[in-house]
Amino acid sequence: MSSALRVAAPIAAFAALFALAPLAVASDAWLNFIVLALFGALMAQSWNVLAGFGGQFSFGHAVFFGTGAYAMAVLQVRFGVNAWVALPVALASGAAVGVFIGALTFRYGLRGSYFALATLAFAEIFRILANTFQFTGAGAGLQIPLTKSPATLQFDARAGYLYVALAFVVAGLAVAGWLKHSRFGAWLQAVRDNEEAAQALGVDVYRIKLGAIAISGATMAAAGAFYVQYLHYIDPALAYGPHYSVEALVGALVGGVGTVWGPVVGAFALHLLSDLTRNAFGDVPGVNLMIYGALLVLIVMFAPRGLAGLLAALAARLRGSK
Amino acid sequence: MNAVLLAARGLSKRFGGLRAVQDVSLAVEQGTITALIGPNGAGKTTLFALVSGFLPPDAGEVIFGETRLAGLAPYRIARLGMARTFQIVQPFAGQTVLENIAVGAHLHHAKRADALERARAVAERVGLAPQLGKLAANLTIAGRKRLELARALATEPKLLLLDEVLAGLNPQEIAEMLPVIDSIRRGTRDAPGVTVFMIEHVMQAVMNLADHVYVLANGRLIAQGSPRDIASDEAVIEAYLGHGTAQRLRAAGRLQ
Repeated sequence: MSSALRVAAPIAAFAALFALAPLAVASDAWLNFIVLALFGALMAQSWNVLAGFGGQFSFGHAVFFGTGAYAMAVLQVRFGVNAWVALPVALASGAAVGVFIGALTFRYGLRGSYFALATLAFAEIFRILANTFQFTGAGAGLQIPLTKSPATLQFDARAGYLYVALAFVVAGLAVAGWLKHSRFGAWLQAVRDNEEAAQALGVDVYRIKLGAIAISGATMAAAGAFYVQYLHYIDPALAYGPHYSVEALVGALVGGVGTVWGPVVGAFALHLLSDLTRNAFGDVPGVNLMIYGALLVLIVMFAPRGLAGLLAALAARLRGSK
Repeated sequence: MNAVLLAARGLSKRFGGLRAVQDVSLAVEQGTITALIGPNGAGKTTLFALVSGFLPPDAGEVIFGETRLAGLAPYRIARLGMARTFQIVQPFAGQTVLENIAVGAHLHHAKRADALERARAVAERVGLAPQLGKLAANLTIAGRKRLELARALATEPKLLLLDEVLAGLNPQEIAEMLPVIDSIRRGTRDAPGVTVFMIEHVMQAVMNLADHVYVLANGRLIAQGSPRDIASDEAVIEAYLGHGTAQRLRAAGRLQ
């Protein structure tokens, strides 16, 4: 039980700290910063579940993001479903797309760069499909009617969105913590490190991978659903383009893959950096991507365990020198 | 005679033109240590892969206890109670020794705390207890061999397939491992005995531990019997030392 507490306590502290943020931070710009950083942390955590814990690197996580976003938008716009009802359906759609892609790729043993390219291809296919059908608003996209009421998962103040994003991030942290302290997590990490050895120990590699991609898909779909509620609009390029695939991946890699807190640390660091560069360079398009790229190279070269790994090593050194 | 735990009948496997395993039939009796020996390239590891489901045989069948293993995935065979180690060690390098062993222990213990407790007990048995917190990547070769053994043992198997767990160890490390393997077969107060089927080149181990020995050469079984019988078997001597050796040894009076 003590190990469960050691996982839960920092997550609870994190939740409490950010829950108080709207009281302490009056500036809308800062609240917006926190909301977007939490949104990034959610995507990074999704990528972390599949790649960090499971070793299956995806270049096309937008496929889940877009599916969550479109499920949310289509249900509300085309069928008049309440957003709170649409939300679990959006998550389930992300999980279902995950299982679908997993069944096709893992069944045939696609690994490493082959799996990564397959996910990229799926994201492109979904983008083209969304671009084609009137059902999804085709190229024009879908606009969510503005209602600004908690009953429709829309809020007047940013604080409302902050709480929704925070709830998702906390759930993501709980999932990552569970992976560190459960049989499923132990088997998933075994699959990541050595599939043959895992099989020899009785691990059903295929099912474990399917479970991981379902969780990852649902988490990324939650980010997509949140996006739609926050910005009230989605189109094929936003939903299935490479942008959020990259943001999920960079956030997790910068923060530290296979750790509980890495994605949160990474996402906040990235957003801080991109805001600073925006102040320095104005809104020159693409500057933040250049910074992402440079940062990624530095991290991969000098801190392969990410910022979380760096902090842990630093803490260990401080403790050692005492 | 004990009950037969593992039986192979007419197992064959070819890789292109290479007939790696040809019509091999053997039996491993419950509660024994059975050794599989043979020169390099004889097909021993291939035979293990056929038995444990990592390779499908071209012909023949494997019966484990009451179950025919034809077509079963390796993880299903592991769940039936057959655990194997790998000749080329396959640690989960980024995880600690304790976490590595716990992966095996989880097969029969769903709760993390139970699996960790079980893993500690197994580590104690194979002499890894002082290194539980170490990353598997940082173990010596002897440590990694122990880890292979510990992980497999943690699945609480009925049958343990050991693929050269003593290779690469120095004489002292071998001397330390022999009683460990023997105690695995005998069992302890807390752990039942486990039948062992081992590929081994270290003759000291085969002579001391094995109840029964099978000899494989060029994919075929050429001899079987007690370790003493095997050591003086002419076909075996020739397989290892070359054609005509047995005759020369006899002429020199070194072979009865």
